[in-house]
Amino acid sequence: MASANLRSNAAPVQMLRRPLIEAILERRADALVITGLGTTCYDVFSAGDNPLNFYNWAGMGGAAMVACGLALAQPKRRVLCITGDGEMLMGLGSLATIACEKPVNLSIVVMDNEHYVETGMQGTHTGRGVDLAGIARAAGFPVAGCVSAQEGFAAALEAIYGPGPVFMNLKVDPAQPPMTLPMRDGPYIRSRFRDALLGPAVAHPVMIPAAKQP
Amino acid sequence: MAEATSGWPDDVYSQLEAAGIRQVSYVPDAGHSRLIQRCQANPAMRTVSLTTEEEGVALGLGAWLGGDRHVLLLQSSGVGNTINMLAAPIEMRVPLLMLVTMRGEWAELNPWQLPMGQGTRAALESVGTLVYPVDQPAEIAPTVGAAATMAFNTGRAVAVLIGQRAIGAKNWNK
Repeated sequence: MASANLRSNAAPVQMLRRPLIEAILERRADALVITGLGTTCYDVFSAGDNPLNFYNWAGMGGAAMVACGLALAQPKRRVLCITGDGEMLMGLGSLATIACEKPVNLSIVVMDNEHYVETGMQGTHTGRGVDLAGIARAAGFPVAGCVSAQEGFAAALEAIYGPGPVFMNLKVDPAQPPMTLPMRDGPYIRSRFRDALLGPAVAHPVMIPAAKQP
Repeated sequence: MAEATSGWPDDVYSQLEAAGIRQVSYVPDAGHSRLIQRCQANPAMRTVSLTTEEEGVALGLGAWLGGDRHVLLLQSSGVGNTINMLAAPIEMRVPLLMLVTMRGEWAELNPWQLPMGQGTRAALESVGTLVYPVDQPAEIAPTVGAAATMAFNTGRAVAVLIGQRAIGAKNWNK
């Protein structure tokens, strides 16, 4: 889709989204990845399928909180939320909640193209001056940054894998890379993820225990 | 609202403990205040205060992916905030247990509570949530136990609606 004429009046955006996401995921090791809706979901899949990817197809505004619940349940694993500016704008309150909970293993990465790509390239608030990293910082994120040029990306990458909670806004070109679609079957995505993380004995118990528990 | 005095919140807490709940998210309601206190006092339960109820739906999805069981505590008005987010756990067959304290439903003084209070059940059912209304204090904890069993063993979104009749009238004079 031609997009140059749809840009905001801000400085020209240079960074391309997929190389950034590939660079981030190259370092993931055993990290758990939650995507946003739409383009970030496709981006993560394009960088390589992994059972520990959660491809998110519903509940706009919820990606950061899904990642928060996962980070609290798995405090020893890095949890990456890779979402878009439109998705993040719908869940701004979650930045306040996460800043209060302070999961040190959680990093939120926003691929900020200043547009709603899925719906026809309408501009988002981030192209009109709304500073997501500033909001995260004011909410209390100990690490919150915005990078709009390639020179700053190496430091951002270090921060993303450093102590959190981390909020990293990456300004990217709104041009759409080639479309790729990950699987959409929710129970499959769920079970594959839980099998890989928790093991089949937990993900698919073969006997239902009576109310036991500690 | 007057804090519940009949002991049912303690019994509900025991059910949550027995169900192995590890994450408790909430938008506060007076009817839940005792239960929230009990959960906060248990170091094995992580309590998460939310800015809006839909955050709790998403949190619970992530908790389940990570192996934790979660419960969302909310008021009936907050049910309206959850509807779109419910699509994710419902379509994924991820369990979601919700305990809803009702307003706008029995001996209500505030007319502005009525639209959402009267629509709570229909709203939840419209997207596929199983709904269990309960009005008798003695029935609340057993219903929560049954709802937890349903949610966590069948992968459903299940809501227990705790009636205003059981909670008691709001104290406007405190």
